[in-house]
Amino acid sequence: MGLFILRRVGVMLLTALCLTFIVFWLTNLYPNLEKLAKTQGNFRMSDEAVTSYLTNRGYQQALPVKYGQWLGVLPGYVIEGSDGEVRSRCEEGKTFCGVIQGDWGFSTVFKDNVSTIVSTRLGATGKLMFWVMMVMVPGALLIGVLAGMREGSGTDRTLSTASIVSTATPEYVSGVILIAVLGTKVIIDWDTIPFKGSATSAIDDANFENFFLPVITIALYGMGYIARMTRASMTEVMTAQYIRTARLKGVSFPKIVIRHALRNALIAPFTVIMLQFPWLLNGVVIVETLFNYKGFGWTLVEAARNNDIELLLGVSIVSVFVVLVTQLISDIGYVFLNPRIRIS
Amino acid sequence: MTTDTSYDGPILEIDKLSISFFTRLREIPAVMDFSAKIMPGEALGVVGESGCGKSTVALGVMQDLGVNGRIVGGSIKFKGREMNTMTPEELRDIRGSQIAMIYQEPMASLNPAMRIGKQLAEVPMIHEGISESEAMKRALEVVTDVKLPDPARILKSFPHQLSGGQQQRIVIAMALMSKPSLLILDEPTTALDVTVEAAVVELVKDLGKKYGTSMLFISHNLGLVLETCDRICVMYSGEAVERGSIEDVFDEMQHPYTQALFRSIPLPGADKNARPLIAIPGNFPLPHERPSGCNFGPRCDYFEAGRCDAQVIPMEKVTGNDRHESRCLRFSEIDWNAPPQVAETKEKAPPGQVVLKMDNLKKYYEVAANALFGGGGEKKVVKANETLSFEARESETLAIVGESGCGKSTFAKVLMGLETATEGEILLDNKSIGNIPIEQRDTKTVADVQMVFQNPFDTLNPSMTVGRQIMRALEIFKVGNNDAERRQRMLELLDLVKLPRAFADRMPRQLSGGQKQRVGIARAFAGDARIVVADEPVSALDVSVQAAVTDLLMEIQREHKTTLLFISHDLSIVRYLSDRVMVMYLGHVVELGTTDQVFAPPYHPYTEALLSAVPIADTSVKKKHIVLEGDIPSAMNPPTGCPFQTRCRWKDQVAGGLCEKEVPVTRTLAEGHQVKCHLTDAQMAEMEPVIEIAAE
Repeated sequence: MGLFILRRVGVMLLTALCLTFIVFWLTNLYPNLEKLAKTQGNFRMSDEAVTSYLTNRGYQQALPVKYGQWLGVLPGYVIEGSDGEVRSRCEEGKTFCGVIQGDWGFSTVFKDNVSTIVSTRLGATGKLMFWVMMVMVPGALLIGVLAGMREGSGTDRTLSTASIVSTATPEYVSGVILIAVLGTKVIIDWDTIPFKGSATSAIDDANFENFFLPVITIALYGMGYIARMTRASMTEVMTAQYIRTARLKGVSFPKIVIRHALRNALIAPFTVIMLQFPWLLNGVVIVETLFNYKGFGWTLVEAARNNDIELLLGVSIVSVFVVLVTQLISDIGYVFLNPRIRIS
Repeated sequence: MTTDTSYDGPILEIDKLSISFFTRLREIPAVMDFSAKIMPGEALGVVGESGCGKSTVALGVMQDLGVNGRIVGGSIKFKGREMNTMTPEELRDIRGSQIAMIYQEPMASLNPAMRIGKQLAEVPMIHEGISESEAMKRALEVVTDVKLPDPARILKSFPHQLSGGQQQRIVIAMALMSKPSLLILDEPTTALDVTVEAAVVELVKDLGKKYGTSMLFISHNLGLVLETCDRICVMYSGEAVERGSIEDVFDEMQHPYTQALFRSIPLPGADKNARPLIAIPGNFPLPHERPSGCNFGPRCDYFEAGRCDAQVIPMEKVTGNDRHESRCLRFSEIDWNAPPQVAETKEKAPPGQVVLKMDNLKKYYEVAANALFGGGGEKKVVKANETLSFEARESETLAIVGESGCGKSTFAKVLMGLETATEGEILLDNKSIGNIPIEQRDTKTVADVQMVFQNPFDTLNPSMTVGRQIMRALEIFKVGNNDAERRQRMLELLDLVKLPRAFADRMPRQLSGGQKQRVGIARAFAGDARIVVADEPVSALDVSVQAAVTDLLMEIQREHKTTLLFISHDLSIVRYLSDRVMVMYLGHVVELGTTDQVFAPPYHPYTEALLSAVPIADTSVKKKHIVLEGDIPSAMNPPTGCPFQTRCRWKDQVAGGLCEKEVPVTRTLAEGHQVKCHLTDAQMAEMEPVIEIAAE
């Protein structure tokens, strides 16, 4: 088991390296850098001025060298610029300063350290994700199991239709509809509007009123998907021979579902649930922007819009790790659910 | 036996039961007018071919027919109580506690994500409301009762950690947890090896006696029913055609189908020339295509037009016998003792020169201990074949016999070129082919060595017509210059396997199992194969079809002088058709000789046990009873010394524990008869025949 985790961590690091390199390469394409120079310096810069600006700040070094410096495995540059000023990547006294050393760079938009921004924003998004999971997973499993235990029944058809509708509605549609219906007086003339259409205040003080709509918007989308998977796996399990064995042992129907079918039926959707984490990150970008909730997704959008290279890199590296860690957890959890898989 | 201990009427009384399945198109009657009665302690066997409705009867008794099935008539009384009108609660109360069921596939019948102990303990916890610790104690007792080693460990394991035989014992244990008064066994041993089957059957019989349980035993194997049951009911196409006591039905059968069934199975006691297999002509009717009148009419030798197809045939009592009934209008007119009409006896071509020679063939596999997640772990060597040496001649049938894991399939793979030999040689016409994988063999060699597979259902491409598939084989073997020629040849091949030429344009799904196997045979002979490996070619087929396919194989062999390597675990059929027999165990050839030599003493102890394990459907045959303890050891971890020593009953007769130390050398007992055993010649000579035909 230990060896298995070690192996997976190794693979994870390798994946992270490759992915960040791709992001690094894309953000460091010349037109991007030119834009950076112009926004940071002066919009009417001549081409020569842009070149010297970039050269002085180390942007004109070879890509692998720059990547190595950002990573912290190559010594940071010290360049005596064409204007006579000596600039170095690192603070005085340090030769290595990169992601590994904890030096994630400086955000040009928020004028703050990338690491500080990423950690606070990730915390905010973590709060959102937690509540989404709390609503989505039990809800989806319940719907899936109820629908799947008697295939073709009225309950099954109703719940299946509902889950297809919910999963077929993207967040930017359901979000807008939910805000219009529950967050304004446009559709229903509320005496008091039940929910707030903006979640900005939820960063410091999340309550039912300001947090319900973003949570339910993300949850609805994933819920239908997981419920469909659970239903499929449940219907299959319910026709298995060991369910017949249990039935002919005299086990009552509720006990068949809970004791005999549930664990077997959860094996397949478990992976799907864990795969939802990356999807959640995706949905988070839209929903946070829609509800103006200043979390991780919102930061990503801001960073991309403002060509904030360092922040963009920081955000992508964290995303990569979130995805890979959940997959590791899902593999380990799978072993516990399915006794036929044993890692020795 | 929670209630009604005083009840002494029949345990189960089925009266004129009819069950139908309803599809969108039509109602499909699965069981019609079925009656049976089981007295306390009695065992009733229900036999019939697949699709005859025998499993439906079992599920009908359990009232578990699924969404589409419904009981449309008749009654099922359990201890005098009508089951058809019971509420779900009442049914649940009876299921598991009073009626328990044992299923065909033990692996699928056990919950894979639940420990054995919990699954067992559940039964008394539900029905008797006892505590979990008490139920566990009971589980431990019952697991000990079904003779499983180390019961405490087994209770803590998951189903996949047990072997097939052990799983079936667990299913039996589960059925016995609440001491039911009726046990329904639905083909309980079909998935198991013969020696394991024999042990399981023995166990069921003993436990039945010990607990006084009545049994409903469903099987397609007449021999098994003879061994386990008191009474028998023969079913054909949804109807019971004959029922009575075992002796009456086996010795004085009164229905043409029963007779035809007995004539189509090989009995090891009988001589193949005096009593050849007679296949039942035609095919089993589909439920919605049943003929009017007698269902068996179109296939019956005694059919009388205008009478047998004119009316519904009722069950009639056979006078003179106890509760013996037959569904035949003419049973009193037929001379049941008339010998079967024997078609002209065909002379077998004498074996020609040696075509195939195995010389010290070895095949080892290397298996990483944890292949799934890589990891260190030392590599294990599985010795699938250990020094195989034999010769096979032209137009000879060599049978290879052994249980699963004995290496017979590995040997076939090496011969076919799907694997290459680790050591040793395979000589085909003195040309070594053992190390040439199939991709590198020339067309001639590939066409010469062909295979007929076990399961005809999986080996045909479902989306290609039958003719196209045979023509594809012809293309590969480079037979014929153009499509027209190949088409002609393909039609000839269909003639050869006695299929109508119109079948060329059919899809495999339109064919029955026997017909598919014929297509498989046609494909194997497409390139005029000289050596055909038949890997259990008939074991997936129904008995009545088996005889026809077996005969076909032998006929083609006679015409083409083919060398047939017949892989099987069914000793009856092996005795019927083979010239020489090779018995394998854990990769070793333990005995090799002519059919007569192998089937008569002196035996190798394993051959002796195998012979004893085969159920024989003949009341006049007396068998010595040898039950092998335990399972076949894993090839990953074979026992030291003789591979068979862990289960051998002769082991203590060999001095000095030699069996545990050394692998015996192969020695020759008689001309062409080899045995791999430590027993001395004198001890060998003392062996008695396992199968004896009682004097009549």
